[in-house]
Amino acid sequence: MLRQILAVTGINIRAIPQRWTSSLVIVIGLAGVVAVFTALLAMAGGFENTLRATGRNDAAIVMRGGSDAELNSVLDRASDDLIEQAAGIRTGTDGRPEASAEMMIIAELMRKDDARPGVSGANVTVRGVEPAGFALRPQLKIVAGRTFTPGLRELIVGSGLVRQFQGTGVGQTVRMRGTDWTIVGIFAAGDSHDSEMWTDINVARTTFNRTGSSSVLVALEGPDGLDRLKASLAGDPRLTVDVVRERDYFIGQTRQFRQNIGVLAGVVTIIMGLGAAFAALNSMYAAVAARGKEIATLRALGFGGAPVAVSVLIESLLLALIGGVLGALVAYLLFNDLTVSTMGQSFTQVVFDFKVTPQLVQRGLVIAVVIGMVGGLLPAVRAARLPVTTGLREL
Amino acid sequence: MSESMVQVTNVTKIYERGTQQVEVLHGLTLQIPRGDFVALMGPSGSGKTTLLNLIGGLDQPTSGEVWVGGSRIDRMPSGQLAAWRARNVGFVFQFYNLIPVLTAEGNVELPLLLTKLSAAQRRKNAAVALQVVGLADRAGHKPSELSGGQEQRVAIARALVSDPQILVCDEPTGDLDRKTADDILGLLQVLNRDHGKTIVMVTHDPKAAEFARRTLHLEKGQLLEQSAA
Ligand SMILES: Nc1ncnc2c1ncn2[C@@H]1O[C@H](COP(=O)(O)OP(=O)(O)OP(=O)(O)O)[C@@H](O)[C@H]1O
Ligand SMILES: [Mg+2]
Repeated sequence: MLRQILAVTGINIRAIPQRWTSSLVIVIGLAGVVAVFTALLAMAGGFENTLRATGRNDAAIVMRGGSDAELNSVLDRASDDLIEQAAGIRTGTDGRPEASAEMMIIAELMRKDDARPGVSGANVTVRGVEPAGFALRPQLKIVAGRTFTPGLRELIVGSGLVRQFQGTGVGQTVRMRGTDWTIVGIFAAGDSHDSEMWTDINVARTTFNRTGSSSVLVALEGPDGLDRLKASLAGDPRLTVDVVRERDYFIGQTRQFRQNIGVLAGVVTIIMGLGAAFAALNSMYAAVAARGKEIATLRALGFGGAPVAVSVLIESLLLALIGGVLGALVAYLLFNDLTVSTMGQSFTQVVFDFKVTPQLVQRGLVIAVVIGMVGGLLPAVRAARLPVTTGLREL
Repeated sequence: MSESMVQVTNVTKIYERGTQQVEVLHGLTLQIPRGDFVALMGPSGSGKTTLLNLIGGLDQPTSGEVWVGGSRIDRMPSGQLAAWRARNVGFVFQFYNLIPVLTAEGNVELPLLLTKLSAAQRRKNAAVALQVVGLADRAGHKPSELSGGQEQRVAIARALVSDPQILVCDEPTGDLDRKTADDILGLLQVLNRDHGKTIVMVTHDPKAAEFARRTLHLEKGQLLEQSAA
């Protein structure tokens, strides 16, 4: 039986060059499905990686009650002070509570790929921070230039943003809402902060005529720090705030996006997969029809129907697998580590890399095999059922 | 085991063509002794191929009995029938039906893949069969590199290689010129005379029929007189 399968499969596969166009349909169809599937999920995965890396477990973000994003939150100056004095906050090396009131401002910058003048730019986040903002993010390093000087209109720019936007190099000037800012340094944090520009919150307050902040980031003291902070803030009738662990905040910010990408990948894969399955079905039917006489001859010689069917299935699977590998390769070459930026949920650009992981490739190949199986099954059955005498009458 | 190699008794074959039923063989009875070489002639559509397919176990009759080489094959399950064909029947077709991607040797070896023979033994038997048909020097050639006559010789070697009792040939020279046809028919004669193969051959060509020991005429699904060659 195995010998028969091997022999018939060998014959089929050696004949592929003679009908390579229809075989190519299967290969290309599956390559397309796997490439798109892999690319979409690589995008979702890369995005998730970037945001998962953002945020600590031992820090919390305090925002005005009911605002689910920093950008929607407004706290007045008095609230800032009350929050920073609350319980559960770790004391920093300077003896003050390790807390940073931060203000988010939206600025418009030109993307590098929008070279035309007059085209409106894309929104980026400017984050005004207090000195503790750096201590709270030890992963953030200045990689070029220096940090901003408190009191001056100076900016440091995230490394992801530098790659994507024009005029963001050290020494260049950025115009925001009628004021000029000098870029004095570039920082890298390896997370979503890399898509931001940072400055001194007090300069931001005076320049943009604000008083309070958007949020306060605090370091938590001990394992029960969050509970104590929550209790302390909830007990103060002057405050109506929400407290979220920093990591949970960032993960929550992308939940919708990740779900959308997942659904999109699913829908696109199903649609393309159906197309590819029908193409494979068609090609394999054609292959079986073209080989009708050959199959009948083998059957006349005494070969069984099952080896003939199995060999058709193997051929279909093999072509699908080749297509799958090709598609994964294309996705890897084109998209792996590709840096893109997208609109985050809070309407600012988040810069992240596609990640084509082995698991993704594996899932893509499984999809290819399933489609190859679906496309090959009916033709395989037909090949096995083909009456020998009918096949022999073919010219 | 009976004296006759083939015993067809009161066989009817009805084809279903859509809703229509076409009766091709009508209660046909035929006996072919062991070691015979029978030419089967008749007009197109008279049922020659149909009868040959029944004898070769490629198809089964609507009614009646078919015994070949001591086995009753008219009701044999298809899997069993395939195995029976592999052991007992060699087929030769008008258009050779070689597998284009395989060499002459590879084609001849095919039926041996259904046996328990080792690769070395298969190779050896294939070489012997190619020698019998006079093509030992073409073992490595693909069908596309052979002439029609040579292709038919390879096909005959393939039919011979598992040492079947009976050769079933449907217009084996139908696609060959006179000279080549005579060579092939001579080869079949040798196989019949010297190797003891029973041969049933369908042909349109009276000259081809002369190579057989006797000729049967089929007309409208029935056998006419039997004439000795
Ligand atoms: N599978 C089939 N379904 C329906 N009718 C068939 C089928 N096979 C053969 N026939 C019909 O049966 C009749 C006999 O066919 P068969 O092939 O046996 O004739 P033949 O004597 O071999 O003819 P030829 O000399 O042209 O090869 C023909 O009318 C043919 O059309
Ligand atoms: Mg015929």
